[in-house]
Amino acid sequence: MTAVESPPGVVGTSVKRKEDAALLRGRTRWVDNLTLPGMAYMAVVRSPYPHARIKSIDFDAARKAEGFVAAFTGADLADEWAGGLPCAWPVTEDIKMPPHFPLAVGEARYQGDPVAVVVAESRALAKDAAELVEVEYEPLPSIFDVEKALDDEAPLVHSDLGTNECYMWKLDAGEAQAAIDAADVVVTQRYYQPRLIPNAMEPRGVLAQVGPTGDVTLWSATQTPHIQRFVMQLVFGIPESKIRVIAPDVGGGFGSKIQVYAEGPLAIALARRLGRPVKWTEERAENYVGTIHGRDVVHELTFAAMRDGKITAVKSEAWCAMGAYLELVTPGIPILGAWLYSGPYEIPNYSVTFTGVFTHTTPTDAYRGAGRPEATYVIERTIDALARKLDMDPLELRRRNFVSEFPHTMASGLTIDSGDYHASLDRLLELLDLDAIRADQAERRSNGDVKQIGVGFSTYNEMCGLAPSRILGAIRYAVGGWDSATIRFQPLGSVQVVVGTSPHGQSHETTFAQVVADELGVSVDDVEVLHGDTAVSQLGMDTYGSRSLTVGGIALFNAGQKIIDKARRIVAHQLEVSEDDLDFESGTFSVKGSPDRNMTIQDAAFAAHAAHNLPDGMEPGLEETATYDPANFSWPGGAHAAVVEVDTETGDTRLVRYVAVDDVGSPINPQIIDGQVHGGVTQGVAAALYEEGAYDDEANLLTTTMATYLIPSAAELPSYETDRTETRADNPLGVKGVGETGTIAAAPAVINAVVDALSHLGVTDVGMPATPERVWRAIEEVRS
Amino acid sequence: MRRVALTVNGVRHEVEIEPRELLVFVLRERLGLTGTVVGCDTSSCGSCTVLVNGESVKSCTMLGVQADGVEITTIEGLAQNGQLHAVQQAFHDHHALQCGYCTPGMVLAAVSLIESGAATDEAAIREGLEGNLCRCTGYHNIVRAVSAAVGVAS
Repeated sequence: MTAVESPPGVVGTSVKRKEDAALLRGRTRWVDNLTLPGMAYMAVVRSPYPHARIKSIDFDAARKAEGFVAAFTGADLADEWAGGLPCAWPVTEDIKMPPHFPLAVGEARYQGDPVAVVVAESRALAKDAAELVEVEYEPLPSIFDVEKALDDEAPLVHSDLGTNECYMWKLDAGEAQAAIDAADVVVTQRYYQPRLIPNAMEPRGVLAQVGPTGDVTLWSATQTPHIQRFVMQLVFGIPESKIRVIAPDVGGGFGSKIQVYAEGPLAIALARRLGRPVKWTEERAENYVGTIHGRDVVHELTFAAMRDGKITAVKSEAWCAMGAYLELVTPGIPILGAWLYSGPYEIPNYSVTFTGVFTHTTPTDAYRGAGRPEATYVIERTIDALARKLDMDPLELRRRNFVSEFPHTMASGLTIDSGDYHASLDRLLELLDLDAIRADQAERRSNGDVKQIGVGFSTYNEMCGLAPSRILGAIRYAVGGWDSATIRFQPLGSVQVVVGTSPHGQSHETTFAQVVADELGVSVDDVEVLHGDTAVSQLGMDTYGSRSLTVGGIALFNAGQKIIDKARRIVAHQLEVSEDDLDFESGTFSVKGSPDRNMTIQDAAFAAHAAHNLPDGMEPGLEETATYDPANFSWPGGAHAAVVEVDTETGDTRLVRYVAVDDVGSPINPQIIDGQVHGGVTQGVAAALYEEGAYDDEANLLTTTMATYLIPSAAELPSYETDRTETRADNPLGVKGVGETGTIAAAPAVINAVVDALSHLGVTDVGMPATPERVWRAIEEVRS
Repeated sequence: MRRVALTVNGVRHEVEIEPRELLVFVLRERLGLTGTVVGCDTSSCGSCTVLVNGESVKSCTMLGVQADGVEITTIEGLAQNGQLHAVQQAFHDHHALQCGYCTPGMVLAAVSLIESGAATDEAAIREGLEGNLCRCTGYHNIVRAVSAAVGVAS
């Protein structure tokens, strides 16, 4: 590369999305849109009880239903499975990992646990027949509460384990207890972060087809086609080389489409048995019990500090619901936050403990943020509590503790490569006009207004870009965290890019095309990004944990460097100059000092395919693959503020402003980044104010539909104000993850704002979600 | 089975359907118009919104037999002569879609809202789209897109 200033490129600009043209016209390939000749439809019979003995399953009436094809119990299908549905993250050596097969046999352990499948000639007929299946259950005692589930007399989810404790995981660094004992001020707070139901707008779905050689094709609404393929070998014993998984258009995931659920293997097993393609489409009511949930964690968090505000220790104990079984990464979700309990603050003494607990509930697993929102929530709530105890401004307290030199190795042992937390907070305050908010607040308070306002902050950091394989190995995750990309020039100069990450709304086709366009000097329109099909993309670790750009994007960049290297050798050979004598800029190689002697990269691609005149020994073609294993996690951070208005008579709470300043490294497409922030913030706001997957004490789900689980609409939310500060990440593109930042930051900012609005009344805590009832009760409690 | 005649995107169809079939499944499964999608089973999400005689209707709230004689516009029929409708164009320009699953319903709800004259300001647009859920965008860019389209489309 030359030292002269590069011409303006497309990286860093808001290129309009390549994905939109089809999506806006309804030219979509959701799994449920697909049909195959001879296709049959599967319906799943699920336990209505949180815990029950399955005494008998009778298909007689179902068999007489119109269009009935077949029906099976778990016992009927037992010889299909070479193994159960695996958990890939046994976080401790002595973790309890109960067997988990696609259909429950003998006992159902949560509402929604699949107990039988029915196949019929249409979607509706399959549902009709499934409703005629008679299952005789003997209800058994069941439990929802994670702490009560550890009592000696609690009903056991897996009686043969003798306990509901799945694991206990600890990380200690420094002398946390000694620092707490020596501190001027100690605050200890308890929190419950409720269950959240991810609610990707597209429900899950699968379509399985068995080919003439026993090869299997599975279309799946999944984030993880490569992981699905890998697991299907474990479940069926069919070699991965005979399995193809296709994630066509996928309508959102937020973590809930990472897992390998029962229905994929069931559809494959039935397609094998029946010799017909089998499709299953989840209904929303099924989604509420049959797709993983997030959160459901109790925390006790302690900060120790000196009088000047310097925090000397953090100690966290957490009890984390696993649900009834371990899905793909269930036990690891809390652990994804385990290194982050010092937040963006320099805290030398560190102790965190996580206890995984089985309850009679839908399994938990990754939901947007996965472990990091849980950590950030308790840190940012508790630092406000500490500020109250110290009688110190909460922002001043944060500033006194911010990490300010990078790279910074935290007490927990990981190293933050880059950041500038002061800069994000400075910019946030420029946008916020805190003085005006405080003046408004003071006036409302002195007037005794019914509607009070509050402002809350969250200065956060997080670790994403999953993940360095060596670290994953050290923390007992089963596979690696690298990713892969291939760049292939076609003979006439168009570019195919094949990536191992698998989008479901993240805009890979646009963002990756921008990266390649600038690097290789081609047009965004000439770059076609292929993904989501294991026959096309053989290597990859898929999309979760804000990793697509920070891991997959670097693999792509590195593949581009290999392309340039090979093209340079071709051009040097054809122009009879040394490689060092060539400049490469905007897609053209030119001889230094003689710019009229040049070849474009497309010329080189044609020459590579014609192969008439290549250097001796060079293979024809211009195609390169790179895999990239990150040396570190990605470390975004920033400062968010929420302003809420609370009706002190009814408890009704409205978000009136939300300002987010994030450092996600060097931007590739600002508009897409903003979109990720908007969506992420909304899910955090939703957790803070609206959403709760509520169960009764016996683990019956109470919020069973979108009518009772309150996903906010446009009417509940304001427009957002967003901006960025920028520190380059330690990777060739300088990028950091952005998919989860908003969700991680938002919930504590909103709840801190609710508490701030009511602080003059003496309120110091409001639980999530801050529904009118909860807020009203918090006010009544301090009034009485 | 009942015979129903309906016009979808300007094309007349006669279909034999079961009395219990919801309009959304008639569109998807009988006519192959899979641009209209199903996101829930409680008429909460609006993903299946279409225009029935020009007004937005959640097509899961209507039986196919009730559609006898009506004119329906689905997302596949909104662009004319290869040109995106102003609302579709605004969604593209303002990045008002991510995964795209709610988009057909959201776009058609917005078209109907604008044509009704009720999209007078941001608050009215937000209220008017209350019946359509999006899990990706936080609605911020949807509201911007609809605001931008009001001037062009009304």
